[in-house]
Amino acid sequence: MATTPVPGGQVGRSLPRLEARDKVTGRAEYAHTMRLPGMLYGKIFRSTVPHGRLIGIDTAAARAMPGVHGVYAGEDVRKVIPDPYYGPAFHDQPILALDKVRFVGEPVAVVVASDPHVAEEAVALIAATYEELPAVFDEVAAMSPAVLVHDELKPAGTFADLKHLKGRKNTNVARDFHLRLGDVDKAFAEAAAVFEHEFRTQKVLHVPLEPFAAIADASDNRLTVYSGTQGPSFVRSELARLLGWPENRVRVKVPCLGGGFGAKLYIKLEALAAALSMLARRPVKLALSMEEQFYMITRHPTTCRIKSGVDKNGRVIARKCEVFWNGGAYADIGPRVTQKSGFTAPGPYDIANVAIDSYALYTNLTPAGALRGFGVPQLVFAYESHTDMVARALKIDPVKFRRDNLLRAGRPQATGTVLKDAATDAVLDRLAQCIDWGKPFDRGSGPIRRGRGLALGIKAVISPTTSVAAINVAADGSCTLYCGTVDMGQGSDTAMAQIAGEVLNIAAQDIAVTPRDTDITPYDMGTLGSRSLFHMGHAVRLAALDAKEKLAAMAREVGEPDGSNTPVAELFRKKYGMQAGNVIGAGTYKPDYTPPDSKSGQTPNVTPFWMVAGTAVEVEVDCETGHVRIVKLVNVADCGRAINPRIVETQLSGGSLMQLGFTMFEKMNIEGGQVTNASLADYKIPGMLDVPATIENVTVENRQENGPFGAKGVGEVATFGVSPAIANAIEDAVGVRVTVLPLNPEAVLRALRVKAGSPLDSE
Amino acid sequence: MTTARTIAFTLNGASVGADVKPHENLVELLQAQFGLTGARESCGQGMCGCCTVLVNGRAVSGCLYLASFADGAEVTTVEGLASGDALDPVQDAFIETAAFQCGYCTPGFILMAKQLLDEHPDPDDSMIRHYLSGNLCRCASYPQIVEAVRSAARRRLRRPSA
Repeated sequence: MATTPVPGGQVGRSLPRLEARDKVTGRAEYAHTMRLPGMLYGKIFRSTVPHGRLIGIDTAAARAMPGVHGVYAGEDVRKVIPDPYYGPAFHDQPILALDKVRFVGEPVAVVVASDPHVAEEAVALIAATYEELPAVFDEVAAMSPAVLVHDELKPAGTFADLKHLKGRKNTNVARDFHLRLGDVDKAFAEAAAVFEHEFRTQKVLHVPLEPFAAIADASDNRLTVYSGTQGPSFVRSELARLLGWPENRVRVKVPCLGGGFGAKLYIKLEALAAALSMLARRPVKLALSMEEQFYMITRHPTTCRIKSGVDKNGRVIARKCEVFWNGGAYADIGPRVTQKSGFTAPGPYDIANVAIDSYALYTNLTPAGALRGFGVPQLVFAYESHTDMVARALKIDPVKFRRDNLLRAGRPQATGTVLKDAATDAVLDRLAQCIDWGKPFDRGSGPIRRGRGLALGIKAVISPTTSVAAINVAADGSCTLYCGTVDMGQGSDTAMAQIAGEVLNIAAQDIAVTPRDTDITPYDMGTLGSRSLFHMGHAVRLAALDAKEKLAAMAREVGEPDGSNTPVAELFRKKYGMQAGNVIGAGTYKPDYTPPDSKSGQTPNVTPFWMVAGTAVEVEVDCETGHVRIVKLVNVADCGRAINPRIVETQLSGGSLMQLGFTMFEKMNIEGGQVTNASLADYKIPGMLDVPATIENVTVENRQENGPFGAKGVGEVATFGVSPAIANAIEDAVGVRVTVLPLNPEAVLRALRVKAGSPLDSE
Repeated sequence: MTTARTIAFTLNGASVGADVKPHENLVELLQAQFGLTGARESCGQGMCGCCTVLVNGRAVSGCLYLASFADGAEVTTVEGLASGDALDPVQDAFIETAAFQCGYCTPGFILMAKQLLDEHPDPDDSMIRHYLSGNLCRCASYPQIVEAVRSAARRRLRRPSA
C-alpha cells in the first residue's frame, strides 16, 4: 500500500520539511541557477539619473560587439507589447523606460547574448542622454505637487477602492486613506494631557539571498515563464493582460525560492523576460546580481505622526495618526499598504476617538512594496515608541499603561470591526513575565547600562482574497496535493500536507505536493501577508474533505458497509476491476468581507483574523560609543493552534532577527537619488554574531475559531515589536529616545551627547 | 577575445576535465559543465558564503575563485557529501534541527560546518558562531544552525568514521 494510515493526528506534529533532503544535498532547484537549452542571457542597462526625460539611447557599439544577439529598448518592447505598463495596483510601470526615467537604476535597455559576460560588457557600451528634471525623494515633501513623478494616475482597475483615482493629475498621492471614529477634536479638547511625536523609518530592502531571476520561453502562441515568484497566478494573469492573450496560453512555473519576504510578488522580471524572448525568439534568462536588487523593490520609508489625548485616569481618549508612505517611482502594492496597514495605525488600544490619514506617495526612488509585515512594523515602531513616551511622561509604568488601554477580544478596533480570537492580553502578560518586568535587575555601571523594553502590535490579514486547491487520490491510494501557495522557506508545503493528511488520515510525508505550475496548480491570490495557512489551509482542508466524501461514496457504491476500513486501493480495484481511476477533491476558500466606508473607513468586517504578537528585550548600551547589545530577546505570539510547532518557532525566530537588522543597522544610503551602498559589503544584514545571546520564542494558547484546525498565519508577526521594544529599552537604560531608525551607534551616541549638553556636529 | 584552457581535477571523488575561460569562476564551471547547482552565487563578493566549495579540503568562495585555479585540485561540493542514500552527519543534523528555511544558503553552511568539525570535533557555541560568521542566512535560521552543528558534532563523535 502506498500510504501509511496514522493513529495520531497530523496537525500539531513538528514534522521536518518535506523538501528537506533536496535542500541539504544541494539538489533543490532555484530560478537563479536554472538553464534551458538554447537560452540567451539578458543584462540590463539602467538609468543613472533619478528623474529625467529620455532624449536618446545609443546602442550601436553594443550591437556591434561580437556575440551580442540583440539590444532592446522601450520602443522595441512596444512591438510585442503595445501598452507595456504593468503593476498590481496601478498600471504605471513601463517594462523598459519610455519617455521618462523616474529613479536611478530604472531599466532602460537590455543586451541579450549567449554569454552573460558578453552581455554585461556590451551594456557598458550603451549611452543614454537625459534632460534632467528636478526630483523629489522625501515622502513629506512629495505631498506638494512642486515635482510630479507621474503626469496622471493610472489605477489598474483591479481594486474597487482605487478606481476613483483614475485620471487624477497634479499630485504624487497614489492613495489617501482616511478613518474617522468618534469626535477626535472634541476629545482632544477634553483631554487632561496631549502628546504628539513624529517617527521616521528608513529605506531597507528584502535581500533574498537568491537574487531575482526569471526565464521566459515564448513561441508564436504560447509563453512559458520560469520564475522565482511568490504569486504565479498574478504573474500569469498580468502577462496575459499585457499580451492580450487568454490565460491558458501563459504558463508560469515556480522552482524553489531562495527567499522572498514580499519582494518576489506581482510582476518583477517576468514581463521584461517575456518581451525579450518574443523579440529574440529564443528563451531568455534574466538573473540579477545582488547590487541590482537595490533597484528592484524595497520597504516603504515612513514618516508617522501620532498625537494622543489622555484623560486624568491615564486612559487614551483620542488618537490622531498621520502616515506618509514613501512609495518610490512606481506604485507596486503601496496603495494597498496605505489602507490595509494604515487602519491599524492606532495600535492594539481601545480608543473611542480616532482619526487616521494615510498617504501613499510617489518619489524618485526605487519602488517600495510589500516586505514581511506589509507596513505594520513601521507603524508599530511609531505607536509603541509613542506609548512608552506617553507612559513615562505621565509617570505610569509602561506595561500598566498598556494594560489600562489595551484592545481586548470582543471590543471593536478603530475600523469598527470587533476583535475576535486575538489574545492581546495573554501576549502582553507573557511578554512582561518573560522579561521579568517590574523586577529589579543589574542596571550596569560605568559606561555600560542596561534597560528593558517591550512592545506589541496587531495586524489584519489582507482581505478579501481567494485560494483554490485540489487533491488527487490515485488508484493505489496515494495522494497528490495541488495548491498555488509558494513555499519560499516558510514551510507551507509541509503544513498543507499536514492539513490534508489530518483530514484523510494519511501521514503528511506520504502526500506529494506538486510544484507550482499555473497549467496544473489552481488559482491562489498570492503567498503574502501571512494569508496562506489560513486561506489555502482552508482550501486544502475543503479539497481533502471533498475527496474523502467521494471515497466514502465509492465505498458505498462497491457495497462496503458504513465505517469499513477497507484500504482505498481495494475500493478502486472493486470499482474499476483493476488499479485504475482517480478521485479528485476540490476546495475553494474566500472569507466574508465588508469594504470600509470611503469617508469614515468604518466596516463591521475588515479581516477574517487578527495577528497579535510582541517582543521584549534587555539591552546593554555603551554610553561611550552608542553601541547597543541585545542581551535577551523574547518573541511572544498568538498563532492560534500551531500546525507545525517547529516551523512556527523558526518563523518567529527568523522574523524577529530580520527585523533586528532593520532596527539596528540596515539602511540604504541615498545621496541625490543614488544608492551608495548597493552591495552586501556596504549594506550589512544580520549574521551569526548579531544574534542575541538569549532568544526565546513563545506562543500563547489560543485557537482561531474560524481558522483551519484553529490555525492562523505567523510568518510576519515576530517583526512587529522588535524595533520599538529596543528603542524603549534604550530609553530605559540611558534615558534617551531615538525616534528615527536605525538605532545604530551613531544615532544613540548623538542622542546621548544631546542629553549630556555636548551635541556632536551634524553630518 | 578569450582563449579556453583545458584543466583536469577531481570532482567529488571522480577525475574530470573541463575547458575553462580565463574569467570563468568555479561556480560557473560547476553549474555550466557539471550541472552542480549546490554552490550558487548570491552577493558576488565573498560576503555571504552561498557559493562555498571545498578545494583541497579548504572552503573557498566559488564565485571569486577562478575556475582555472582548480587545475589539479580536489574539489568537493555539497553534492559530494552523501554516500548513496546515507547523508553526511552534518546534513542529517540540519534536517533534525530545522536549520534552514529557503535553503539557498544551506549548502554553504553545511560545507563550512563540516570543515569546522574536521578541525574542531567538539566546538562550543562561541566557536561555532565565529567560525560560521562568514555565512549569511536571510531567513535567519542562525539559532537552529548552531543547534545543528552541536548535533552534528555529537553524531560524528558517536561515529568517528564519518
